Amino acid sequence: MRVTFTVNGRRRTADDVWEGESLLYVLRERLGLPGSKNACEQGECGSCTVYLDGVTVCACLVAAGQAEGREVRTVEGLADGDRLDEVQRAFVECGAVQCGFCTPGLVVQAHDLIERTGRPSDPEIREALAGNLCRCTGYEKILDAVRLAAARRAERGEARR
Amino acid sequence: MDFLRPRSWAEALAAKAERPEALPVQGGTDVMVEINFAVRRPEALLDLNRVAELTAWSAEEDGRLRVGAGVPYTRLIDELGDRLPGLAQAARTVGSPQIRNRGTVGGNLGAASPAGDGHPPLLAADAVVEVESAARGVRMIPVAEFYLGVKRSALEPDELIRAFWAHPATGPQYFSKVGTRNAMVIAVCSFALVLRPGERRVGTGVGSAAPTPRRAAAAEEFLAAELDWDGPLDEAVLVRFGELVAGAAAPIDDVRGTAAYRRHALSVLARRTLTWAWNDLRAAGPERRTG
Repeated sequence: MRVTFTVNGRRRTADDVWEGESLLYVLRERLGLPGSKNACEQGECGSCTVYLDGVTVCACLVAAGQAEGREVRTVEGLADGDRLDEVQRAFVECGAVQCGFCTPGLVVQAHDLIERTGRPSDPEIREALAGNLCRCTGYEKILDAVRLAAARRAERGEARR
Repeated sequence: MDFLRPRSWAEALAAKAERPEALPVQGGTDVMVEINFAVRRPEALLDLNRVAELTAWSAEEDGRLRVGAGVPYTRLIDELGDRLPGLAQAARTVGSPQIRNRGTVGGNLGAASPAGDGHPPLLAADAVVEVESAARGVRMIPVAEFYLGVKRSALEPDELIRAFWAHPATGPQYFSKVGTRNAMVIAVCSFALVLRPGERRVGTGVGSAAPTPRRAAAAEEFLAAELDWDGPLDEAVLVRFGELVAGAAAPIDDVRGTAAYRRHALSVLARRTLTWAWNDLRAAGPERRTG
């Protein structure tokens, strides 16, 4: 079947999509967007986290046909050209990336947390990232990165006012 | 495989009548796992995401809430957490934020897994499941009669789950679950408690400890009769309540835990939730207790 939806602001069409195929497969294999990672295929690891109509979801658990006509934002859609998003910059600066496999999902999920809550508390950060598994870092530097991104964003928000 | 995309509830019912073998998919958090792992190859998927009726909830004239089967857990927590606190607590233990953004009580009911987190609070709250078919119209099924066996429910092949109905809380409600960590956990066992001080009634739900989610009827009757609603919580009543809840279970040994462990844990959860509920009742004062 044919599936058409908006990805990172662009209208995209995928043909010959199998009816049982996941949104993740379409993004990676048909639309050339390998940022969202394919690991567990059962919603356990969060490495395929994307926005679907502004809400974070595991792309592996969305049937591709369910995305028809909807808006998807992947990790590729966070940066503004060469300018990294605040969360991405913080991950780089804090050393929150080791092997990097979990990073795209964590970045999208952290991005959503900061958008929604501004200055999240530590328990809020832990809860928001509970569905994103990292097997390298022990999470401490990831928490540092989220705190830093949130603090910078809050500062900018205050400066603007 | 076919992919059916009804745009309204009427279209969805017509599609299910024509293709009763079609597997409904809403959040996909169960269905897509089975498809990704080739556990299931349905002849058709019936995508309910475009059926707007399913994602709405309303307060009905009889005082009950009618909650669409497609309202995701995140919205249940945000929008109904004050009126359905037991269910909201259970919802907070489902999967992860990403799973709660997609997963629904309708999906929990449709899958009818004994481990589904939504079931115990629905049982304890005496919820009713509204199902419908194009041929025979609406059926209202008390949730205790909805579960028939492991992953089997009273839903007929041409029916779809429209909503669940439940009274807003009139007293304390609690849910508690045992698992290996805080997120992404399938319950080893779970328990829900509802106190209705105005009616002097007690509701319970036991999860993941029998072929189906079930009430602990003997424990409910015992507690409603023996509880001194205006006095202190008697230690002997607390202990006996725990024993009766454990006795209502029919658990098995499996990868997540042994039957003996589940029984023991249930008695602990029962005592713990009753203590929490009782403390709330005390704190609320006498005017709340008669409410």
